[in-house]
Amino acid sequence: MKRVYVNEDRCLGCHLCETYCAFANSGETDMVKAFKTGKDAVPRIRIEEGDGINFAVQCRHCADPLCVKGCIAGALSVNNGVIEINHDKCVGCYTCVLSCPYGCIVIDYKNGGRTVTKCELCTRNNAGEPACAANCINRAIVFEERGED
Amino acid sequence: MLLKEGEIRIPAGCAISGFISRDGNKMNGGDIVKSISYMHDRSNGLGGGFAGYGIYPEYKDYYAFHVFYDSNEAREKTERFLDRHFDVINLSRIPTKKVPSITNEPLIWRYFVNPLPTKIAASQLDEKEFVAKCVIRINNDIEGAYVFSSGKNMGVFKAVGFPEDVGEFYRLEEYEGYAWTAHGRYPTNTPGWWGGAHPFALLDYTIVHNGEISSYDANRRFIEMFGYKCTLLTDTEVITYIFDWLNRKQELSLEDIASIIAAPFWSEIDEIEKKGPQKAAKLRYFRNTMSSLLITGPFSIILGYTGGIMALNDRLKLRSMVVAEKKDIVYIASEECAIRAICPDCENVWSPKGGEPVIVTLSEEGKRKCL
Amino acid sequence: MPVNFFPAEFEVVRNSDRCIKCRACERQCSNEVHIYDADFDKMLSRDNQCVDCQRCVSICPVSALKIVPNENAFRKSANYSQQLMIENYRQAGSGGVLLSSMGNPQDYPVYWDKILINASQVTNPPIDPLREPMETKVFLGKKPAGIKKNPDGSIDTHTEPYLELNMPILFSAMSYGSISKNAHESLARAATELGTYYNTGEGGLHKDFYQYGKNTIVQVASGRFGVFKDYLDTGAAIEIKMGQGAKPGIGGHLPGAKIREDVSKTRMIPMGTDAISPAPHHDIYSIEDLRQLIFSLKEATEYKKPVIVKVAAVHNVAAIASGIARSGADIIAIDGFRGGTGAAPTRIRDNVGIPIELALAAVDQRLRDEGIRNEVSIIAAGSVRSSADAVKAIALGADAVYIGTPALLALGCHLCRSCHSGKCNWGIATQRPDLVKRLNPDVGYQRLVNLVNAWNHEIKEIMGGMGINSIEALRGNRLMLRGIGLSQKELDILGILHAGE
Repeated sequence: MKRVYVNEDRCLGCHLCETYCAFANSGETDMVKAFKTGKDAVPRIRIEEGDGINFAVQCRHCADPLCVKGCIAGALSVNNGVIEINHDKCVGCYTCVLSCPYGCIVIDYKNGGRTVTKCELCTRNNAGEPACAANCINRAIVFEERGED
Repeated sequence: MLLKEGEIRIPAGCAISGFISRDGNKMNGGDIVKSISYMHDRSNGLGGGFAGYGIYPEYKDYYAFHVFYDSNEAREKTERFLDRHFDVINLSRIPTKKVPSITNEPLIWRYFVNPLPTKIAASQLDEKEFVAKCVIRINNDIEGAYVFSSGKNMGVFKAVGFPEDVGEFYRLEEYEGYAWTAHGRYPTNTPGWWGGAHPFALLDYTIVHNGEISSYDANRRFIEMFGYKCTLLTDTEVITYIFDWLNRKQELSLEDIASIIAAPFWSEIDEIEKKGPQKAAKLRYFRNTMSSLLITGPFSIILGYTGGIMALNDRLKLRSMVVAEKKDIVYIASEECAIRAICPDCENVWSPKGGEPVIVTLSEEGKRKCL
Repeated sequence: MPVNFFPAEFEVVRNSDRCIKCRACERQCSNEVHIYDADFDKMLSRDNQCVDCQRCVSICPVSALKIVPNENAFRKSANYSQQLMIENYRQAGSGGVLLSSMGNPQDYPVYWDKILINASQVTNPPIDPLREPMETKVFLGKKPAGIKKNPDGSIDTHTEPYLELNMPILFSAMSYGSISKNAHESLARAATELGTYYNTGEGGLHKDFYQYGKNTIVQVASGRFGVFKDYLDTGAAIEIKMGQGAKPGIGGHLPGAKIREDVSKTRMIPMGTDAISPAPHHDIYSIEDLRQLIFSLKEATEYKKPVIVKVAAVHNVAAIASGIARSGADIIAIDGFRGGTGAAPTRIRDNVGIPIELALAAVDQRLRDEGIRNEVSIIAAGSVRSSADAVKAIALGADAVYIGTPALLALGCHLCRSCHSGKCNWGIATQRPDLVKRLNPDVGYQRLVNLVNAWNHEIKEIMGGMGINSIEALRGNRLMLRGIGLSQKELDILGILHAGE
C-alpha cells in the first residue's frame, strides 16, 4: 500500500506540511479563508526538530494498529489499510493517544480536545493525494509504494 | 544597383542532366542539349551550361582553358600572364552562333596550354596545383578575365540564357565526348554575369548542382582554410572545392567523399556497426574529423571528372534525381523525361537514395579509347 | 544608532490580508529578515537584511509576499547613480574592496540580442525535427589536418583523445566549495544522464562523485586544489583554468568559513583556512610555460585525455587563442565578461574583459585565417542564456557552449548575487548543512536534465527552420546570422551582415 514517508536528510523543518495538512482538512478551497475564518483544521502531521535534524511524523497506518485495538468507542477503524476516525463516535478518552507508538494521534484542540483526529492520507478530503507530500518544497515527504505491508 | 555574382549570394533552383558511355563511345553534344531542354521549366533563362569530357582528343595532353573577357585589354593582360607561365600551343575564339536570346556575350577564348617546367619547379607545387593556382590568380587579379574551364581533354560551355539556347550558341552538336553534363539555372535574382552560370569547374572537376545548401558558410569557411577562396558565393563553387580537396589533395575515394559530405545519420552508423565495425569506425572518424564538410540542405549534384561521373543526393533526398541505363550508357537527370527524351527505351530506371553515390567510370575498353 | 548613510536596497511587502502567519518565511530566511512578533501577532520584516533571493516569495503558501526595490531615491544624477553612491558609502565604512557574485549586471550591449537567425523559405525546405533525424552530437578535440593512410592504403582512423557530447552544451566550472555538494551531485548526475559533461571547477572532486568520472571535466587552476593522480585519472578531460570571464587577471578566494570538513578533504587544505588561488599560475608566466603544463598533464594521464585551456575574453584574446592552439591544447574555452562567479571584486567584474560574442567571433576567424581552426575545438562561455544564444554562438564558430548561470537557475538560483555571503537560501552557494539540505539532488538533477533537454529541443527546432539537420553544418555558419542595430565595425568583427543585406 502507498504510504507517506519522510526523508529526514531532506526535511528542512519549514512546517509547510502542517500548514497544507490543516488546509486540506479544513474543507475550504482557499487557504487564506481557511486560516483567517478559523476553519482551519488541526494539522495531522507534525514536524519534530532538534540537533539539526527535522522530520515529519504522521500516522503510519500500521498493519496491526494498537490504536484501533485500544479504542473504547469503536471510533477508529481500518478501511483498505487506512486507519480512519469517526469523530461522531470518538469520546475523547485519549486511549489511542497513549497507545500509539509514534505519537501520531492528534488531540483536536480546535474543539477543546473533545475528540482526537489523525492522518487519513487525505482519502476523506478533497486534496486528492496527501497534501503534505504533494506540497513538500524539498520532496522530503513522499507518498509511495514501498511494499512494506 | 544589382550586384554581380560573388558580391551577393544568390539562391537558385535548377535542372541537371548527364550521361556517360562506359565503353568510351563518343556521343554528340546535341544529345545533352536535347535532354536538358525537356526540363525547360526548371530553369528561367538566367543560366545554362554544359561540360563535355573527351572532346579534345587531338589536344588531350594539354590543359584547355576557356576564358571570358570583358575587353581586349583584359585579354591582352591575361595572354601576357599565360605566356609567362605556360607554353601556349593553340589559341582561338570559341566558335559560337548568333542566337537571338543570348545577348551581352563577352569575348570567349580557348587556349591549349602546358605549364612551363621551370615555373613549376620554382613554385615547388605539383603540376595540377600550379595550374589551379594560376587559374585562381587570373580570376582574382585580372579585372574582366575569367577562366571558366581548365581541365585536360574536357571543356565547359556556359552562358546566361536557357540551356538549349546556350547549347545552340556554342554549337555543341559539333563536339563529341564520352561523358556530358548539363545545367539549367533558376536563380532567384538576376546575376546577369556569364561566369556565374554553371557548371563550375576547377581543373577537370566540374559540378552541376540543383539545390540550396544550408551548410554553405560552414563549408566555405572550412575549405577556405586550405587555400581556396570562394569568390562566387555559390554552392557549386564550394562543392567543387570540397571535391578537389578531398579527392585530389587528400586522395579519398569518391565513395568516402560521399560519406563525408552526405554522411549517414548516427542511427544508420549504429546499424552499420552491427554488421561491419570497421566500416562504422571509418564513418565515425569522418563524422568526427571532417564534420565541417557535411553538406546539409537540398542538393543533387553530378560531378564530372576525367574518366567518370558521380551523382549524389543530400542525405534526406530533398531534390529529385533519377538514374537509368541503356547498354554501356548511364543517364542521370533531375527528371526521368530528360532521360527518355534521348533514350526512350532506357532500362533500370531508379532513384538513388539520399546520400547514396552513383559512380560510373570508364571500362577498361573505355579508358583505352579515351584516356 | 549611528548614521545610516544608505537605506535598505529592498522592501519586503507583506499583504497582511493574506498572511496566515505560518512562519515558513521566517524559518527559511538565512538572512533573518522575517520575524514573528507575538505581541503584535504579526510577521515583521528587517528589510535591510534582505538580498532579494526570492526564497520566501517562492515558498509562501498564500502568496502574501513581494520583494520590491526600495523606492527611496537619492537626488538623481546621470553621472552618480544611487548604486555608485551606496558603494562609496559602503567602502567609506569598511575600507574594503567591494565584493560581488554572479555575472556582470551592468548595462553593456548584449550582442546576442542584436543578432537574428535565418530560416528557410521557398528555395530550400525547412526540416521538421519531429519527422526527420536532427543530430546534435558533437566531438570536442583536436582534428587531423588531413587524411592519413595506413601502409595498406586504408584510412588511419586514429584520433587524438576527444570528448563526445550528445548535445553542444556542457556545464561550466563551478567548484565544490563555491557551490554545495548537493549542487555538485545534481550537475554530475545530470551530465551523466544527458551524455555531456560537468566541470569540477578548481575545488577538486569529492570522493562520492568519482563514479561520475566519465562525464566529469577536472580542472587544474592556479591554486592546484585537490589535484593529484587519481583526480586527473578520473576525469574525462582536464581543464587548465588560466582565467575566468567574471574576473580576468584575478585569482580566487574561498573564505575559511566555507572550508568545512569535506571541502577541506577535497581541496586538500586544512579546515578553516582561506583557499587562495593566485592570479597567475606560478609555473606559467608565458605561453611556453603553458605548453609545458599541458604536456605534463598529458604525460601524467598517458595522452588519453583531451586538455582544455580556459581563458577569459580579454582584448587580445584572438592572439592568445592562437598561441594556445599551437601549444598542444585540444580545446579552448573562452569565457566572456558576463560570466558568473561565486565571488569577485565588483570593480573587476563590472569593468574588465570583453563580450563573449566578439571574442568568439574574433578567435574563430583568427584560427581560420591561420588555418589552425582544426587544431582545437572552441567552447564559448560567459553568458549563454538560452538555446537561441547557443545557436548564435555555434553559428559564430563555437563547437559547444558552457552554461553556468542557467544551470544554477534550474536549481533555484534567483540571481540575488550574494553567493559570497555563503548564506544561499537555495542551498546552492553555501556550505551550511541546514542550507545545503534545501537542494534535493533528486529534484535538482531532474530539473537540470529538463532544462538542457528543452534547450536541445529548441536548438533542433531552430536548426530545422534553417534547413540544417546536423549541428556541424551550423558551426561557423555565419551566413545564418544577421545583425540588427550594429555598427559596421561590430558587424565586421562578428563577421556577419546586417539584417536586410
